[in-house]
Amino acid sequence: MWIYEKKLQYPVKVSKCDPKLAKFLIEQYGGADGELAAALRYLNQRYTIPDKVIGLLTDIGTEEFAHLEMIATMVYKLTKDASVEQLKAAGFEGHFADHDRALFYHNAAGNPFTVTYIQAKGDPIADLYEDIAAEEKARATYQWLIDMTDDVDIQDSLKFLREREVIHSLRFREAVEMLKEYQEQKKVF
Amino acid sequence: MATQPLNKEFYRQLGELQAVDFVLVELTLYLDTHPDDQKAIAQFNQFQQRKANLMRQFEAAFGPLQEYGNSPTGQRWSWSEAPWPWQV
Amino acid sequence: MDRQWRPYDAYHSPLDPCPPRPKAYIVPPNQMMVTQSPGMKQYAPFDALKHGTLWPDLYSPYDPPTRGGR
Repeated sequence: MWIYEKKLQYPVKVSKCDPKLAKFLIEQYGGADGELAAALRYLNQRYTIPDKVIGLLTDIGTEEFAHLEMIATMVYKLTKDASVEQLKAAGFEGHFADHDRALFYHNAAGNPFTVTYIQAKGDPIADLYEDIAAEEKARATYQWLIDMTDDVDIQDSLKFLREREVIHSLRFREAVEMLKEYQEQKKVF
Repeated sequence: MATQPLNKEFYRQLGELQAVDFVLVELTLYLDTHPDDQKAIAQFNQFQQRKANLMRQFEAAFGPLQEYGNSPTGQRWSWSEAPWPWQV
Repeated sequence: MDRQWRPYDAYHSPLDPCPPRPKAYIVPPNQMMVTQSPGMKQYAPFDALKHGTLWPDLYSPYDPPTRGGR
């Protein structure tokens, strides 16, 4: 099961009332290389991967939900007190017409989240390489988001999230190395 | 329920907890791929103690951090009270 | 330019409508190792949180206006 902890993994501060940012930050909420896609991908792959890497998929998959909550926090803070006029000026009217200020799993272009963003091939090497690629793509997305943001506090949180992708990618590559090892170490009880 | 704005002490204790918890997250992922690193295990256990102490302190002042009986409730049921993490 | 950045040029045609834009991509330090070796130097807890990693050798700075100094 999962236990919720009533705190963010990393502080999220938003210093400017600029709902424009929400429109593209939502890419990492419901986009192809976003945090939801990552969490669902890793947790789902766990069932058909060798035992020795299930722990890693579980732990990274769980951390992705903490990242999803950080992105949600940014979007929430940027939109909760914005007037309809401000939201329209920010180009948020398409979102507003369907969802008001509710968060929704879609990407920056408004395409709804689809599970076709992720794959489970059942082949451990193929699945881990997908995971490595996903981390590098998410890292790149964070770079483009940082490029578009001029709020230094949001940049700070985005840089944290970007660095996490760097670490996750390395861990997945280490998992590949573990699976390359010829001798399956059987535990004797 | 209208909640009082949180004080400096809340952010200070939260920050400390986030820092110690982060070390534990990093060591967890590291140990998942380096399960035989005894030094890392010793460091993990040391930080696990620090986390437990910080959590106890934080929860005594600001209420439970975890649900389903993983944190003490205190005298009244404050788990379901604001502010939630995205609100602070 | 930061050591993690790789500048490159793309062919610029005299018929291109815009002046050439400097181009570079970043190679994070995770690409420089297959597996992490034990005992790597660590940040103190607060610095680790700030950097998003416990290990300085795995830290990849990203500063937007410069994109690696270009």
